[in-house]
Amino acid sequence: MKTFSLALRNLLRNRRRSLTTLLAMVIGLTAILLFGGYRSNITHGIESGFIQSTGHLQIQHQNYYLEGGDNPTAYGIPDYQHIIDVVSHDPELAPYLRVVTPTLQLGGLAGNFAAGISRSVFAVGVVPEQRSQMEKWNDYGLVSYVKPLQLSGTSADSVVIGDGLARKLKLCNALHMTGCVQSDTPVSAAPGAAAPDDIAALSDLAQGDLQKETGTRIEMLASTAHGAPNVASLSVVSSRNMGIKALDDVYLAMHLSQAQRLIYGSNAPQVTAIQIQLHHTSQIPVVQARLQKLITERFPGQPLEIQDFKTLNPMFGQTAQFMNSMFGFIATLIAVIVLFTIGNTMSTAVVERTVEIGTLRAMGLRRAGLRNLFLCEGILLGLIGAAAGVISALGIAYLINHSGLSWTPPGYSDAYLILVRVWQDPGLLAGSVLGLVVVTVISAWWPANRASKMMIVDALRHV
Amino acid sequence: MYPVVFKKVVKTYHLDAVDVPALIDIDLEIRPNCFTVISGPSGSGKTTLLNLIGCIDRANSGEVIVAGKNVNAMSDNALSDFRAQHLGYIFQNFNLLPVLTTYENVEYPLILTKVPAAQRKERVLALLDAVGLADRIQNRPGQLSGGQRQRVAIARALATGPKLVLADEPTANLDSQTGAAIITLMRKMQREHQVSFVFSSHDPQVHAEADDTIYIRDGRITGIERQALETAV
Repeated sequence: MKTFSLALRNLLRNRRRSLTTLLAMVIGLTAILLFGGYRSNITHGIESGFIQSTGHLQIQHQNYYLEGGDNPTAYGIPDYQHIIDVVSHDPELAPYLRVVTPTLQLGGLAGNFAAGISRSVFAVGVVPEQRSQMEKWNDYGLVSYVKPLQLSGTSADSVVIGDGLARKLKLCNALHMTGCVQSDTPVSAAPGAAAPDDIAALSDLAQGDLQKETGTRIEMLASTAHGAPNVASLSVVSSRNMGIKALDDVYLAMHLSQAQRLIYGSNAPQVTAIQIQLHHTSQIPVVQARLQKLITERFPGQPLEIQDFKTLNPMFGQTAQFMNSMFGFIATLIAVIVLFTIGNTMSTAVVERTVEIGTLRAMGLRRAGLRNLFLCEGILLGLIGAAAGVISALGIAYLINHSGLSWTPPGYSDAYLILVRVWQDPGLLAGSVLGLVVVTVISAWWPANRASKMMIVDALRHV
Repeated sequence: MYPVVFKKVVKTYHLDAVDVPALIDIDLEIRPNCFTVISGPSGSGKTTLLNLIGCIDRANSGEVIVAGKNVNAMSDNALSDFRAQHLGYIFQNFNLLPVLTTYENVEYPLILTKVPAAQRKERVLALLDAVGLADRIQNRPGQLSGGQRQRVAIARALATGPKLVLADEPTANLDSQTGAAIITLMRKMQREHQVSFVFSSHDPQVHAEADDTIYIRDGRITGIERQALETAV
């Protein structure tokens, strides 16, 4: 008779009690897995969003992140193309790299002079094809809410702006946006003519003879490397929801060449960062170490530093920490409940089977053998409860994921589907199942130990 | 060799702050291949004596030698192994494992002593046949009568081929007819297997069948009646 077989039969002996205990475990594990799956969806979603827009790693001018965010002239990287070539062609890095692309961040004022309105903007100059490639990164197989950046194949003066900025610049009708409440300035008005002469002249100077479209033209004013104002006339080709309202209201994406012309004019173009996107987030440490070595050896005179996406986006760490602490709190509560439930079940079993314990010991079963028998019963309860809990959680997760329920996270401008990633998170599954089995063993240990230490004659006398 | 030898054995129970002597200076030798009955009134110490012989309790002082071994000096694990190898038990309430079948109950001591599966099967089937339960091997204890359960317990006690079988009031929960049948069976098995049976019993039928009777009162042996050895063989 194998110990597990005997343990299983003992569990089946009092089916109602075993089922009640299992039910507590199943409810507990299901709750942990569902919340864990929800947490996983949120953190992976935020991570994916950041990696799609900023990459896993960035090579920046030293202290640009801390001090130079609004000063691309002082913190630009002049020889960026050489650095990109060195990184891209490094044989050690090549297997990890997905996209290596330059970017230039700048601030300025965007104006729709036809509507008589202007707004501060946070602009980013990108290489559209490479940015589009970055936005396709989806290592976790998430439902993507990202609308593709529609800059690829457009003219150099084309820009994409946030929905919020489009509304503020009164471009709703021109961009055929839905959900706008105000009526825009009629698009038939000659937009360029409304711009002041000096601004128009600056704009013409910057743009040369680019064809001007009507209705979706805006001007952007920025400070050049020499501190002088510069203006570019830009064509808004589309708007996109940036998710976070604060960003949505100021976002403007343009061609890198356009951004460089605006800031550096005819001087040698620079960028504020080289974005590096990897195949997997787990590759960050090895790539970061190699990049550091490469920069130290190949570009010793340049004040460069490497930042990962967690440093660049502190919100990710804060959100993950918050979700993890919530998960830990809930998991601990449930573990304590399961601990006492199983402990109570096993203690009752020991009391009920005291004479049997005495009989087994009298027949020659060692203390350890008896302890193992009760531990096996606990482990079996844990395994069965874990299996049932996983099945239950997967079933409920399926229902939730197909229910179409949505919510709008704090600070976000759009509603997102409520999704839970249970099956897609093997770490969560394995950890929760292992945790439950460990809790089961701990809770079964004390009654099992008590049973093994009983005096045989006392146990046999038990009524 | 005597299967059981007691030399100046003392057993005292501590009840709260009071020491209650259960056995006082017991000197005893139990003859091999005999039916030995320990007789005495309630509280006389006969169950304590049986427990010490069965190595499920320890003496406070003196020597308890069972199957040639001084069991007082053994560790708990060694004593467990010793019980599994050399001793069999028959309880008043049968004490069969309710989740096991008749076959498995008899097989269990053989698993504890790591007997190979083929030998186990042969041994278990032979014993169940000998106690008349060959057609009940798949029944669980709950599906058996009291007499049948005690037969299973007898087969289980003899499974490992012990030198000594201890029986605590084995007929107390049986009607007289079934009790008589059980005594007859135990006598038959004792003779066939050349094993010593030691009983604690009030049952006159058990006393009538005894080779030796040990009388105990207030923790002291007050007399031993021994039949001629020929009757025991």
